[in-house]
Amino acid sequence: MPEWKPAIRVQPEPFDAAAEARRMTEGRKDLGALVSFVGLCRDEGGTLEALELEHYPGMAEEAIGAIAREAAERWPVAAITIIHRYGRIAPGEPIVVVLAASAHREAAFEAASFLMDFLKTRAPFWKKEHRRDAGPGDWVAAKASDDAAAGRWRPARGAK
Amino acid sequence: MRIRYFAWVRERVGSPEETIELPEGIASVRDLIAWLAGRDEGHAAAFAEPDVIRAAIDLEHVDHDTPLAGAREVAFFPPMTGG
Repeated sequence: MPEWKPAIRVQPEPFDAAAEARRMTEGRKDLGALVSFVGLCRDEGGTLEALELEHYPGMAEEAIGAIAREAAERWPVAAITIIHRYGRIAPGEPIVVVLAASAHREAAFEAASFLMDFLKTRAPFWKKEHRRDAGPGDWVAAKASDDAAAGRWRPARGAK
Repeated sequence: MRIRYFAWVRERVGSPEETIELPEGIASVRDLIAWLAGRDEGHAAAFAEPDVIRAAIDLEHVDHDTPLAGAREVAFFPPMTGG
């Protein structure tokens, strides 16, 4: 296990991904790569009024922490920051940010991609759509393509 | 034992959580789902397709074969759609 701890926050407030990236890299000279992924709320062709994200407090932080620890065991990453919002989120606003930093780009790219695939399928968050014309709508269905994306990462050595 | 529900499971049950006295003979997550489904119409609707339901014991994902022994909090929810 690495000596550093991933920075994990679950919060209703918007965040500033660029400021988080600066905070993570400030004063460090060992980092050669920083990959930043920001998931945004899209308006689905103008039909979406907002997304409502429900989460399981306590388990959300635990699950994200477990996913981050697994990434840190698989790749030589030097720092990870993950922020996931809950509550009502309007189109154009950020939902999630994943930052992965490492000495070389490959580890940072792969760790960020792995983190997002597992956040989507293993972190206890659920999206409900609020439609412009119809008010509170349906819960977003889990996509088989998201499961397939998570499935492409082979189990870590020693995993069940 | 504290039972918690999220997303459409919560909506169908009609409550975010409840406290139950675990009946004798209910040993696994699968047993608990079958027992809960028989409580009323809301629970029946929530657990109509048991295979779709995901479960957690004390904040950790578990499969339906997991024993309930020692569990303080069991949660039921649909497949996750965060990120």
